[in-house]
Amino acid sequence: MAEATTNPAEERTIDRSQMTVSDEVAIAIRGMNKWYGTFHVLRDINLTVNRGERIVVCGPSGSGKSTLIRCINALEEHQQGSITVDGTLLSNDLKNIDKIRSEVGMVFQHFNLFPHLSILENCTLAPIWVRKIPRKEAEETAMYFLEKVKIPEQALKYPGQLSGGQQQRVAIARSLCMRPRIMLFDEPTSALDPEMIKEVLDTMIQLAEEGMTMICVTHEMGFARQVANRVIFMDQGQVVEQNEPEAFFNAPRSDRTKLFLSQILGH
Amino acid sequence: MTSISASHAFVRTEILPEQAPPMAQAGVLKWLRENLFSSWFNAILTFISLYVIYWILSHVTGWVFFGIWDAGSLNECREFRDARYDEGARVACWSVLTDRWHQLMFGFYPPEHYWRPILAFAVFGGAIAPVLFDAVPRRMLYVTAAAPFLCYWLLWGGGTIWGPVAVAAGFALPFLVARFGEGVFGSLGVTVMAIIVPILYWLFLAGPMAGALGAVLPIRITSIESNDFGGFMLAFIIGITGIFLSLPLGILLALGRQSDLFIINKFSILFIEVIRGVPLIVWLFTASILLNYFLPPGTNFDLMLRVIIMVTLFAAAYMAEVVRGGLAALPRGQYEGADSLGLDYWQSMRLIILPQALKISIPGIVNTFIALFKDTTLVVFIGLFDPIGLSNAIRATTDWNGIYWELFIFIGLCFFVCCFSMSKYSQYLERKLRRDHR
Ligand SMILES: Nc1ncnc2c1ncn2[C@@H]1O[C@H](COP(=O)(O)OP(=O)(O)OP(=O)(O)O)[C@@H](O)[C@H]1O
Ligand SMILES: [Mg+2]
Repeated sequence: MAEATTNPAEERTIDRSQMTVSDEVAIAIRGMNKWYGTFHVLRDINLTVNRGERIVVCGPSGSGKSTLIRCINALEEHQQGSITVDGTLLSNDLKNIDKIRSEVGMVFQHFNLFPHLSILENCTLAPIWVRKIPRKEAEETAMYFLEKVKIPEQALKYPGQLSGGQQQRVAIARSLCMRPRIMLFDEPTSALDPEMIKEVLDTMIQLAEEGMTMICVTHEMGFARQVANRVIFMDQGQVVEQNEPEAFFNAPRSDRTKLFLSQILGH
Repeated sequence: MTSISASHAFVRTEILPEQAPPMAQAGVLKWLRENLFSSWFNAILTFISLYVIYWILSHVTGWVFFGIWDAGSLNECREFRDARYDEGARVACWSVLTDRWHQLMFGFYPPEHYWRPILAFAVFGGAIAPVLFDAVPRRMLYVTAAAPFLCYWLLWGGGTIWGPVAVAAGFALPFLVARFGEGVFGSLGVTVMAIIVPILYWLFLAGPMAGALGAVLPIRITSIESNDFGGFMLAFIIGITGIFLSLPLGILLALGRQSDLFIINKFSILFIEVIRGVPLIVWLFTASILLNYFLPPGTNFDLMLRVIIMVTLFAAAYMAEVVRGGLAALPRGQYEGADSLGLDYWQSMRLIILPQALKISIPGIVNTFIALFKDTTLVVFIGLFDPIGLSNAIRATTDWNGIYWELFIFIGLCFFVCCFSMSKYSQYLERKLRRDHR
C-alpha cells in the first residue's frame, strides 16, 4: 500500500488543540431515501454531524458515497426524509438551497475550476456575486486563502496552467473564500499523483486543525486514522458501520467492513 | 607541452560575419521546390494550374481593367468602347456603378437625406467598436446602448427625437425595479414587476412624455417611408438588426430547451423545430401576405418590420441549436461547481456557463450570422428592393437594359467583403479567447 508515502500525517504531529467537537448539530439527516428512477441508491440514511466533526466516508465503488454528500448541498435531490443543514431545512425552496450552498463548501474529484477565469477570479467570483462583497475586499480574502494553500504566486494564472494538486488546492481555497461552516470533499485526491496527494491532504489536515466541520469521501486511510473522529462505511446505499477510527480499523464488526478493509489495506 | 600548444592552440582574432543561408536551402527557391516541384506529378500539376490561371487572367484582367467608367448608359458605353478599343472588344461597363451607385446603396431614399443613413451607419460603427474590441474605452458602451434608438430615429425620422428617447428610457425601468424593488415585492414579485412596469410605462407614459418634451425642444426630422429604403442600406438594416436580435433570442431559446420547466421547455422545442423546419422564403411570404389576414383591417404594420422579425426568428432558431451544442459540450462539473458556490441560475449562466459555451460555439454562431446576412437577398421575392431587387430595377430602365455581370460582380463583392470580415473577426476572437484560457 502506498499509504506510507501518501500520508503526511505521519510526518507531522497534528495539533489537536482546536479540534473540538461541540454539541451543536451542523447536519442532521433523518430517514433519507433517494432513487435514480427505480434504482434505490440511498436507503434510510440517518446521520448527525456535530460542529467540529471530521468524518470520513468510505465504501466500495457505487455504494452511494458521492450521492450522499451531494444530497447535503442539494446537487442531488432526495425523495424521502429530511436534511437539515445549519438549522435550515433543505426543501424545494430555491432560496433555502442557495443559502445552504453558500454555507457549505464542496471540493470535487475533478476540481471543477472555471477554466475561463484566472485563479484569483475563480476565488472572488462567488464572494462578489453571492455575498455581495466589494471586489477589493474579496481579492484580499482570496489572496489570504491562496497563501494558506501555499500558491499565492499563481493567482493570475489560469487553471489550465496549474498542476492537478495545485488546481485542487485552488478549489479548496475557492470554497474557503465563501467562509463556509461545513466542507464536503468528494474523493479530492483520487485524480492525483502521489506527490500531489500529499500537498492536498496537507491542506485538508490544516483545515481540520482549525476546527472545520468536514465530511470527506476518501480512500486515504492514513488520513482517516489521523484526522477523522468518525469513519462511516457505506455499502449498497446504506450506512453499514460507523465508529471511531481506532475501533473501525482495528476491530471492524460487520463482515462487509472486514472484507472491504482487507481489500483496501491488504496489498 | 610547449610543442602541443604551439601547434594546436588557437585564438580567433576576428568574428566571422553572419551569412545568408545557401539559396537552395532557404527562401523562394526552397519553397518552390518543396511545394510545387517535389515530384514529376507535382510539377505537371503545377504547370497545368499555371496555364489555367494564365487563361483566366488573360481573359478577365483586360475586361476588368479596361472597363469604362464614364458612360451614362449601356449604349454610350458601347460607343466609347468602339471608339477607344477595337470594335466589339470585351470590356466591362462599370459606368452602371458610377451612374447608379446611390441607388445600389440607398434605394429610393431621398438624396437630400443621404446624410441620415450615413450618420446612422457611423453611429453603428461607434456602437459595436467597444463590443468587438477590448482596446476601445468602456465608456463607449453608452453609445452602444443609445445607438438602436438613435439609428431608428435617423433612418425613419418622423416626430421629434424625444419619442425614441422616451422609449429607450423604459429599458432602464427593469434595472431600477430590480435595484430598489427587492424589499417591496420579494424575489418573484421583482421579476414580474420588472416586466409589468415598463409595459405600463410604454403604454401610458412614454407618449405624453415625448409629446411634452417635443413641445419644449422640437428637434425634428422628416419621416421617410420604409418603401423608399433599398439597396445595401436595406440589406444592412435587416442583416444587422437580425444579427443583434437573434443572438440573445437564440441563447434564451437554447436555455429554454435545456430547462426543467415543462412549459418553457416544450415551447422552446416547438418554436425551434417549427421555425427551422420551414424554408425562410415561406416565412417571408407569410410575413408579407398572410399576416394581413390575421391582423385587424386597417392596421398598418410595416412590411420591413415584419421581415426583420421573421428573419430574426428564423436565425434565432438556428442560433439556439448552435448554442445548445456549446452548452452540451461543457462538462457537468462546471454546472455543479457553479451550483456548489451558491450562484443562482442566472448568475451561473451569465458568469460561468455562457462565456464558455459561447466561446465553443463561435464558429457556428458566425456561420449563422453570415447565412442570415446573405439571406437578406431573399426579400427580393416579396417586393423589397434589396441589392438584387435594385439590380433588376436598374436593368428595367432603358439606359441600362441588358447589363448583368457588372452589377452582380459588384453586389457579390460587397457581400463577400462583409462576410469575409465577419469570418476574420471570429478567427481573431477565437485566438484571443484561446490565449486567455489556455
Ligand atoms: N445520475 C445517475 N443516474 C443513475 N444512476 C446513478 C447516477 N449517478 C450515480 N448513479 C448510480 O448510483 C450508485 C451510487 O453512485 P455514487 O456515485 O454515489 O457511488 P460512489 O460510492 O461515489 O462510487 P465511487 O467510489 O465510484 O465514486 C451507483 O450505482 C451509480 O451507478
Ligand atoms: Mg463517488
